[in-house]
Amino acid sequence: MSVFFLRRILTLVATLFAASLIIFLVLDALPGNAAQMLMGADASPDAVHALTVKLGLDQPLAVRYLLWIKGMAVGDLGNSYVYGTPVSGLIAERLVLTIPLAIMSMLITVTLALAAGIYTAANHNKLGDVGVMSLTQIGIALPNFWFAILLILLFSVKLQLLSAGGFAGWDDGIWPGIRSLLLPAISLAVVQAAILARVTRSAVLEVLREDFVRTARAKGLGKREVLWRHVLRNAIIPVMTVMGLQFANLLAGTIVIENVFYLPGLGRLIFQSIANRDLIVVRNCVMLLAAMVVIVNFVVDVLYAFIDPRIKVANL
Amino acid sequence: MSGAPLIEVKDLGVRLNTSRGPAQAVRGVSFALRRGETLGLVGESGCGKSVTALALMGLLPESAVISGSIRLDDTELVELPDKAYCKLRGNRISMIFQEPMTALNPMHTIGHQVAEPLLRHTGVSAAEARQEAIALLDRVGLPDAAKRIDAYPHQFSGGQRQRITIAMALACQPDVLIADEPTTALDVTIQGQILDLIAGLVEERGMAMILISHDLGVIAENVARMMVMYGGTVVESGETNAVFTRMGHPYTQGLFRARPRLGARKGTRLKTIAGTVPELADLPAGCSFADRCAIVEQRCRVALPAVVDVGASHGVRCIRTDVSMAAGDVGA
Repeated sequence: MSVFFLRRILTLVATLFAASLIIFLVLDALPGNAAQMLMGADASPDAVHALTVKLGLDQPLAVRYLLWIKGMAVGDLGNSYVYGTPVSGLIAERLVLTIPLAIMSMLITVTLALAAGIYTAANHNKLGDVGVMSLTQIGIALPNFWFAILLILLFSVKLQLLSAGGFAGWDDGIWPGIRSLLLPAISLAVVQAAILARVTRSAVLEVLREDFVRTARAKGLGKREVLWRHVLRNAIIPVMTVMGLQFANLLAGTIVIENVFYLPGLGRLIFQSIANRDLIVVRNCVMLLAAMVVIVNFVVDVLYAFIDPRIKVANL
Repeated sequence: MSGAPLIEVKDLGVRLNTSRGPAQAVRGVSFALRRGETLGLVGESGCGKSVTALALMGLLPESAVISGSIRLDDTELVELPDKAYCKLRGNRISMIFQEPMTALNPMHTIGHQVAEPLLRHTGVSAAEARQEAIALLDRVGLPDAAKRIDAYPHQFSGGQRQRITIAMALACQPDVLIADEPTTALDVTIQGQILDLIAGLVEERGMAMILISHDLGVIAENVARMMVMYGGTVVESGETNAVFTRMGHPYTQGLFRARPRLGARKGTRLKTIAGTVPELADLPAGCSFADRCAIVEQRCRVALPAVVDVGASHGVRCIRTDVSMAAGDVGA
């Protein structure tokens, strides 16, 4: 187990370094000078130069990269070019929204997908299977921002149950916050759930064909007991792999969905910072998203070893 | 060894839905077993022997249509609801499967898997079931059973895994044991040990056993009675000794000639049966062996031949036994 763990951690660190390098180089290659953007087209070259020096943009590439890495290590991400306040503060106040949104959306995805996937596999080729699978086919084809607008029309405009946008915050307890994140979370979850349901169904069907399922039946277990006790644990690994990958999609989806619902989250911060050429904010936000995706997939890898007793031995 | 039969199968028929259309996988299979009796089913792949076994276990796919009767004591098993069947499976009637490598769940410890039928069918506590599982694993000759009870299937060899599946099948002291090619997937050196183990357990516990194999040698050494299956029907049945001394059906004779022998001159070709096994989806109307039979006549193709008694409880499904058995002595 420890060797397995160590190898995974080394891979994790290497991946994060590679990501940071790519993010830094790509943003550096972008045309446009941040100092010029901030001061406007009419600013005097001297003033632009002064600001460039002040922001540290005149230093060589390698120095700036290393300063950034060093800053991340000590928790100092620098100040926003536009707002002049620390980037870490800006990100922190947005994460209060985006992390609960991502968690809610992932929970909805997993609940819907497992229920639909297991139900359809257990009723393979019956009416319920065909019906639910047709629904997932539609779900996969839905663009999430369009589905979000449909949800707003139904729940906000017509039924007046939930607000069409904005974030209530967590100051008045957790329910107002959750209510304002419910529609965005559902819009993000539907497409993901449709895909994951199909993955779950085929994983369960595959395991149902295994010899040990027949052995379990031969011991006198009913079909349902076999499904819960013997099949699901074997089927969960491919499902978890896809869940890990979907988490990245989900974070990317927040950029669009937070704009649809006017939510002051990380996605909207990235969107606005790109428009303002506030590249120091963009760089750190993208790095954070990359780190979240890599860490979630690391956790998935480690969970494999807890679920499947064969994995530890294979990696020692 | 007297009294009413423990399990009695009458005119069993199984129709399966295959990708090539409906297929009559088993036709007119009948036999009865009392406690302590052993029966061998022998034949090539696709002859219906495994389908017969799964029919007894009630584990055929839902689309299968079963006709005839299977009685365990006074209970009719054909059309028995699954819930009631679950109380019998692994409890009164158990099965050992062919592939020990895949028959165990890779995610559960072997102790858990051996204890599972005990927890399911008897009222024992988890701790008692665990002790019983250790005793069972000891009995089937798994080394260090007490220490290895929490190990996973991938940590055992094929032969050890087959011992574990045997322990699992025997956990609740079943009355009927079905062993479907229990040694086919194992190394030759292990095969004998496993068969001896099964034979010993059958004798010790007075179970009735149905042993399925494609290997005539395995059948000859391990069962008192045998049935030869071909194309879904029993073509010959009787006491193992009687059948081996006087083979009546051309197919049985062909099967016997086709076995490899020690001491044959180098370069001697193995005798084979000409032709191939017929597809179950389009079996001929008459004798299913007609197309491969050396002594076939026109009337063989008209209708399925009836069983002819050629000795004490020795039956042959052939209308030309006068010729096939006169040719006689196929052994040597």
